[in-house]
Amino acid sequence: MNNWRSAPRAQPTADAAAHQPDGFELASSRRDSLRRKLVERSVHVVLFLCAVISILTTTGIVITLLGETIQFFGEVPIVDFLTGTRWTPLFASKSFGVLPLVNGTIVVALVAIVVAVPIGLLTAIFLSEFAPARLRSVVKPILEVLAGIPTVVYGYFALQFVTPILRGIFPQTQIFNVASAGIVMGFMILPMMASISEDALRAVPRDLREGAFALGATRFEVVSRVVVPGALSGILAAVILSISRAIGETMIVAIAAGLQPQMGFDLLRSMETMTAYIVQVSLGDTPQGGIEFRTIFAVGTLLFVMTLVMNLLSDLLVRRYREAYE
Amino acid sequence: MSARATAAVPSPDVWRASQARRRWSGWLFYGLAVVSTMMGLVMLGALLFDIFTDGARQVDWHFLSNYPSRIADNAGLRSALLGSLWMLAFTAIIAFPLGVGAAIYLEEYAPDNWLTRFIQLNIANLAGVPSIVYGLLGLGLFVRWLALGRVVLAGSMTMALLILPLIIVASREAIRAVPDSLREGSYALGATRWQMVRQTVLPSAAGGILTGTILALARAIGETAPLITIGALTYVAFDPNGPLDIFTVLPIQIFNWVSLPQKEFHSLAAGGIVVLLVVLLTANSLAVYLRYRMQRRLQ
Amino acid sequence: MINLRIDTRASDVAVSPSENGQSDVILMTRNLNFWYGNTLVLENIDCDVRPREVTAIIGPSGCGKSTFLRCFNRMNELIPTARIAGSVVFRNRDIYDRAVDPVEVRRQVGMVFQKPNPFPKSIYDNVAYGPRVNGYKGDMDEAVETSLKRAALWDEVKDDLKKSGLALSGGQQQRLCIARALAVQPDVLLMDEPCSALDPIATTRIEDLIRELREQLTIIIVTHNMQQAARISDRTAFFTVAESGAGTLVEFNDTQQLFTTPSDERTEAYITGRFG
Ligand SMILES: Nc1ncnc2c1ncn2[C@@H]1O[C@H](COP(=O)(O)OP(=O)(O)OP(=O)(O)O)[C@@H](O)[C@H]1O
Ligand SMILES: [Mg+2]
Repeated sequence: MNNWRSAPRAQPTADAAAHQPDGFELASSRRDSLRRKLVERSVHVVLFLCAVISILTTTGIVITLLGETIQFFGEVPIVDFLTGTRWTPLFASKSFGVLPLVNGTIVVALVAIVVAVPIGLLTAIFLSEFAPARLRSVVKPILEVLAGIPTVVYGYFALQFVTPILRGIFPQTQIFNVASAGIVMGFMILPMMASISEDALRAVPRDLREGAFALGATRFEVVSRVVVPGALSGILAAVILSISRAIGETMIVAIAAGLQPQMGFDLLRSMETMTAYIVQVSLGDTPQGGIEFRTIFAVGTLLFVMTLVMNLLSDLLVRRYREAYE
Repeated sequence: MSARATAAVPSPDVWRASQARRRWSGWLFYGLAVVSTMMGLVMLGALLFDIFTDGARQVDWHFLSNYPSRIADNAGLRSALLGSLWMLAFTAIIAFPLGVGAAIYLEEYAPDNWLTRFIQLNIANLAGVPSIVYGLLGLGLFVRWLALGRVVLAGSMTMALLILPLIIVASREAIRAVPDSLREGSYALGATRWQMVRQTVLPSAAGGILTGTILALARAIGETAPLITIGALTYVAFDPNGPLDIFTVLPIQIFNWVSLPQKEFHSLAAGGIVVLLVVLLTANSLAVYLRYRMQRRLQ
Repeated sequence: MINLRIDTRASDVAVSPSENGQSDVILMTRNLNFWYGNTLVLENIDCDVRPREVTAIIGPSGCGKSTFLRCFNRMNELIPTARIAGSVVFRNRDIYDRAVDPVEVRRQVGMVFQKPNPFPKSIYDNVAYGPRVNGYKGDMDEAVETSLKRAALWDEVKDDLKKSGLALSGGQQQRLCIARALAVQPDVLLMDEPCSALDPIATTRIEDLIRELREQLTIIIVTHNMQQAARISDRTAFFTVAESGAGTLVEFNDTQQLFTTPSDERTEAYITGRFG
């Protein structure tokens, strides 16, 4: 069977000798070949397992969250959880209405979005449509630094720098308040908002722009009537992703927004978000296994579902604009 | 000079007026864009200025080598620094091979089928999961189910899962940048696939892979929430000495000091932040340097 | 991401070794058909390549010359949509047989590409690459030196083997790639337009080299340059695109005969258009 492989070397005729004038020999026995195949197979399997870790992680998240959450809903009706407006699981008279936490989360996220979206979008427009390449190559990395700063640092900044300023302007501002956390969070999200929007703006084909310029449009008109509308689904994706980031952000709110579950929209007051609640319980001495402890998994599940839906949605939008121009 | 003629040829006045408005709105918009871009930069400047004025004078050898204390003057970062180091080392040991392995699989081995697409979808979504959810995963899986307790290893495994998507994405990009002609050249010499990957693809992609890994690890150094969730302590007055020791990390120590009402501790927090930022800056410079070297080598 | 999708028909080919037990054909294709996806690009190619000869492959662009060449060392398997039927026989054995390891084939059938593609490593490591992956256990320095000498590059690089392969000129890079291929001691060397990226002087050097190597191994070379085919090859195969759109082998003959008295009018038309 193996004549093909060994023939030229097994019978060293004068011919074959002439084939190897230099007299060095490659080890290529059948055993080597077998061993090599074994190595190849095992490497393949090992690498595959590395890739499968991602599926296991997702599965792990779902199982961990759902396991505790299902037990939680055995004790607290799901309707009470989703519609109740009082959240006092750590007190003697317990109430498990999650809406105050959701309220706090949404209000902080809204403030952050109001800061991040216009500034981020305008930054993206400046970088992609106005800035010369040199300037862009300086500004972009500096903005990226904002994205790399740990969130605990932003928390400190919100509490120690922004809050005192706010209190100077509005004396009724509480020490822990939504506005300060939201504003700072907006700047944290800004680089992501700007960079995804910029990608979307750049994906708008050049001939579309040139067509508009050729009709005598000013740069502003080209940007506002051709480029931004053309990039709209990508920009929308950036907005949704920013909201998702804001909802999942933890340390800024845990430090600067306070720990009081509240309904309402008063930005100068303290509110508790879903993430801050999880931190609050984790820091305390809540016994593991009790109902109070399970609340963090129930809240975590809600958080996971909310961000997952938004991430998938934004993924869909990004794919749409890629399809449109490729 | 009928009415029809005037309508057909608008008077130059009309043009000039609208032209002025167009130019004016253009400049306004340009101004807005510039100001917006400046705002991000100004904010960054304010943040760094605020922190360094509060914190820089805190940082000295005493601060780095002392344990935390209830007395602000005696307090230091020692246990937090050591904890961060241990946590980081094990995170790297776990996440690097797994991440690079997954990237190699997806770029060089994976067939184009539903399973591969499912893996890719998973990785994309994991990158968007809030970090605190990873904390809950670590709490449920490593701390309680594996019964590791609130130790360095549990924190490292949690962090490894958190940064895995970042490493995979960066490594895949680096591997994809290796030209196919090198792969063909390698195959044509009788290399097996793994030999080709190990000797041709990986050396060429090493710079990009390392850069991505360093940036991912920098992210791990700064993460707080997942470690709080798995129950890392906030007050540790001893050295962690291995993967199975209880620990705290820099950002948790900072968080702890920020949360105390006394002003002295806020300065300590600022000092801790200065240390943290210096560490991150070093890591980032290293990554930038590696990227630069890689670009030069490819030219 | 690389996929293998190969159809092999059972080797229904009669392989007839000549009387002395040694075949006078080293490579042979029978009923070779080749597809990219659903597009047939090679149709029913029967072709015998003799050992220790230079076989040139000529033909208009897109007729499947490169594809054909890459059938001989199973390089086409690296293209996901590629599909092959028929047989390619190397030393009395069908290389598309399921039991055959493509890695083994490629060690014995080396290849030089159109664009020089040295690895971003030192000259030494480039040449040592093949022996290393194939588990060569002898003196590596000697193997590198011999190979560089055979590729007529030794004198130019012997003082600086640590230099990056990318720091060489285009012609030197191509000779480095030849040295690299020779280092695994192939019996056959496939060359796909090896000179097309080179200037005339570098081309002359490679051609001289091919003439020397002809003493030791079998060379199959794709070229667009008729004069080159005439200068260096013993036999020439002319491919063209048939009405069906697939590449076919029109004529395969002694080089001199093919260029002076072509038997097919398509060959004649092509040669007079390009050669005369
Ligand atoms: N990877 C591929 N996928 C699909 N089709 C391909 C691929 N490579 C080549 N083809 C097609 O197969 C046919 C033959 O290509 P091939 O490269 O073998 O031609 P060639 O004779 O070498 O041409 P040239 O002289 O330009 O190098 C062409 O029509 C080409 O478009
Ligand atoms: Mg070709």
